[in-house]
Amino acid sequence: MLVKFFFLLRKTGVPVSITELLTLLAALKAGLGELSAERFYYLARTCLVKDERFYDRYDRAFAAHFKGVEDLFAALERELPADWLQQLTVREFSDEEKAQVEALGGWDKLMETLKKRLEEQKERHQGGSKWIGTAGTSPYGAHGFNPEGVRIGQEGGRNRSAVKVWDKREFANLDDKVELGTRNIKLALRRLRKFARQGVPDELALADTIDATARSGGWLDIKMQAERRNAIKILLLLDIGGSMDDHVKTCEELFSAAKSEFKHLEHFYFHNFIYEALWKDNRRRFNEHTSTTQIIRTYGTDYKLIFVGDATMSPYEITHAGGSVEHWNAEPGTTWLNRLITHYPKFAWINPQPQSRWRQTASIEMTREMLEGRMYPLTLAGLDQCIDALT
Amino acid sequence: MSNEFRGTDRYIATDELMAAVNAAVVLSRPLLIKGEPGTGKTLLATEIARSLDKPFFEWHIKSTTKAQQGLYEYDAVSRLRDSQLGDPRVKDIHNYILKGNLWEAFDCDVQPVLLIDEIDKADIEFPNDLLRELDRMEFYVYETRETMRAKHRPVIVITSNNEKELPDAFLRRCFFHYIRFPDTATMTQIVDVHFPNLKRELLHEALTTFFKIRETPGLKKKPTTSELLDWIKLLVTDDIPPEALRSDDAKKLIPPLYGALLKNEQDVHLFEQLVFLNRRNAR
Repeated sequence: MLVKFFFLLRKTGVPVSITELLTLLAALKAGLGELSAERFYYLARTCLVKDERFYDRYDRAFAAHFKGVEDLFAALERELPADWLQQLTVREFSDEEKAQVEALGGWDKLMETLKKRLEEQKERHQGGSKWIGTAGTSPYGAHGFNPEGVRIGQEGGRNRSAVKVWDKREFANLDDKVELGTRNIKLALRRLRKFARQGVPDELALADTIDATARSGGWLDIKMQAERRNAIKILLLLDIGGSMDDHVKTCEELFSAAKSEFKHLEHFYFHNFIYEALWKDNRRRFNEHTSTTQIIRTYGTDYKLIFVGDATMSPYEITHAGGSVEHWNAEPGTTWLNRLITHYPKFAWINPQPQSRWRQTASIEMTREMLEGRMYPLTLAGLDQCIDALT
Repeated sequence: MSNEFRGTDRYIATDELMAAVNAAVVLSRPLLIKGEPGTGKTLLATEIARSLDKPFFEWHIKSTTKAQQGLYEYDAVSRLRDSQLGDPRVKDIHNYILKGNLWEAFDCDVQPVLLIDEIDKADIEFPNDLLRELDRMEFYVYETRETMRAKHRPVIVITSNNEKELPDAFLRRCFFHYIRFPDTATMTQIVDVHFPNLKRELLHEALTTFFKIRETPGLKKKPTTSELLDWIKLLVTDDIPPEALRSDDAKKLIPPLYGALLKNEQDVHLFEQLVFLNRRNAR
């Protein structure tokens, strides 16, 4: 049974290995996960999942695999904890609703039917109008629409039923497929670090000194070396205005994370697509331009080129001279993009648009093709891929 | 003394945390703890040691810490000096081996608790250098050609603030638990433990205000448990009445002594604006 669960986890995308499965089995043998579904859930999570990003996927796999099994645990406890169900319901019900309960044949009748249904029911249930489960219109279950509904295990403090713990999926926002904050971005960018000793040798190289001293038979021979610094160089080109307004927050986060992370970071702005000029200050964008050729000349090929933009525009803006929405461009955007990516061998495009929408936008597909597919979504996972492409 | 960890009189542990700790204790595997700052990651190890009555060792990691320093260090410079001075100690290399925290823990006569604090601060290779040590609980001392083996596999608690990804091989050897931010019920228990004689209304008002601040959208740094405790301590010392915390009490714009909760002037500013807007809407 656990082997199946193990493979289901792997299929869901939780990186588990045999070692971890064996650990879990050892823990179960030691009697750690006994007698309650909830305990088993926690134990298995502690053993199998090693990053909070995967908690959500784990919850989903757990719910899928163990549906119905919690009844087994419940059977161990024999009794349905009727008193808390009652307590909870009394608190949830208004007088009016209580009257409706009476209409159904009274409280006891309701509870009786509930118990009967619980016995009849073989597996976890969602939707529908008879069985006990979530989001249905049956009077039994949680999140339902029926005013006579009996809430089972909904946000009830101590007594919440075991099923709820993984059904709540509280770690949904920690999955790495979703949006990220500054710290996460910094973390991702940190992988781009490349330490190198460059510049003035002003640090004592202890190992070298000892080695040299020993070689010269005890005569002190001091060796110096340069300090270790992050030698990575980044050229960041950011799309600004228009359709990018929706993504200002994430892009700001990315930008501030990048700024604090890299010493050699140069940034320029563009609008919708790259043409012959870029600018550094959006307030003076019409006066202070830097020509793209000058940028190519100034920053050497060791710079890594990162575009940030949604690449969402009319295809003409990319392919045609004069296609730009703001000015007359003598050469089409494709020419300029090609010049940039031939000059900088390491490049990537980060797109804040959700990846699911890429295929529907012609300009994104075109840009992606031009970039040899090196376009990545602005998520933690996407950023990781982007960095792989840059290193 | 039972061998099961169930929290202590000053540390409230949730069911999931207890499950994780007990699994780590029983199988003597290292337990990796992550979570928001201020949720009691570091305190956990101290409290495990206290509740299970075990000796406690801690090893705080800095960006310059090397894995070797936790095992032992060979003090070549003293030995060199002693040899120049003709000190007889120089004959025995053992005199110059300085034991690290891990060695101390391995050497303990009863099962100890070892805290490796903020492992993510160290160099990216640091966890890889400890693989064998944490797995087999032994290491080799090159200088003396001896293998140092743990007398009792210590309970190892490792905390991380997620500043660096930890390598997979390292994670495989650990149990993992993410401390979630406590809900209101747990938070009430936590505050109860720290301030047993706190007035009910004050506690209620303080918690309401606290969670309201946490829910403020756009805060740069959300206040955490330890900050809440600090704030309540201030409230108690200054003898602030619970009514002063009610936000619909229009006299004050923001809660008194907010400095304990909001640590960033932009956040304070943002919060003031929001409160101001709320008040205007309420009228």
